[in-house]
Amino acid sequence: MKFGVIVFPGSNCDHDAYHVISKHVGQPVDFIWHRDTDLSAYDAVIIPGGFSYGDYLRAGALARFSPVMNSVKKFAESGRFVLGICNGFQILCEAGLLPGALIRNRELHFICEHLFVRVEASDTPFTDELQRGAVLHLPIAHAEGNYVCDDLTVNELKRADRIVFRYCDKDGNITEAANPNGSLDNIAGICNRERNVLGMMPHPERACEDLLGSSDGRNVFRSLAARLAAVA
Amino acid sequence: MKAKVYVNLKPGVLDPQGKAIQHSVELLGFTCIADIRQGKYFEIKLDSSAGEDEARESVARMAREVLSNPIIEDYRVEIEE
Repeated sequence: MKFGVIVFPGSNCDHDAYHVISKHVGQPVDFIWHRDTDLSAYDAVIIPGGFSYGDYLRAGALARFSPVMNSVKKFAESGRFVLGICNGFQILCEAGLLPGALIRNRELHFICEHLFVRVEASDTPFTDELQRGAVLHLPIAHAEGNYVCDDLTVNELKRADRIVFRYCDKDGNITEAANPNGSLDNIAGICNRERNVLGMMPHPERACEDLLGSSDGRNVFRSLAARLAAVA
Repeated sequence: MKAKVYVNLKPGVLDPQGKAIQHSVELLGFTCIADIRQGKYFEIKLDSSAGEDEARESVARMAREVLSNPIIEDYRVEIEE
């Protein structure tokens, strides 16, 4: 199995993702420059966090037009796995690979802190190794993480069990106080209908070392590796 | 020819920046403000080869596919000679 980490001008969590795959998952991984278009060597790609194109126009709006994104669309359509983290989630929404949009945080601030998210769906390639209801301690770092979509979309997300992570308190209760950015229904991460594309605002790749405050993020990547090993 | 594109959040989409601006303006003593919504404004110069209808159509497509996110924003196009 082989992982790819896409690098846009302004990506800044690309090395974290690379580190996690190479060190904690122990699998081969390449950086993929956003002008490259050949993803045939990869089984999973990560669209990392950062500020692609300086967040000009809207977060993720310009990255969507990078040459690699057409390939990412086809890659996703072929059933292979795509994980968008933070800016990666914003890009996936802008590109139409996930529904909804991420707008300015309710309180306007850039928020950089560790908080808690609850696993709402464990039947995805990204959460296989996690229990539904498990509480993860993960960092967020964003100014536009306020998830919005129309009623039709949120009902469909609920019906099809596509809300994968929600912000919660440390005991796993979904409360308004635990919602850092105003996201609809405390949504922190969703997947597509086929469940092979996941977008999430929290950073699991920055939570893979106890030394850095939490290693709860590892199981996201280990789930992915286990799923790839199973289909190989 | 010049095109002007106005992009605004759809009614009902929270605009925390507009709210913060409103708060600041009210601190100046204005008590008459019901609401402030922040948007974006683009000026696009077009070469003269395109007719007005063609220009309008092209700019509307730019607005729809790039300048706005139709999930959260509406746009309006004006064409000037």
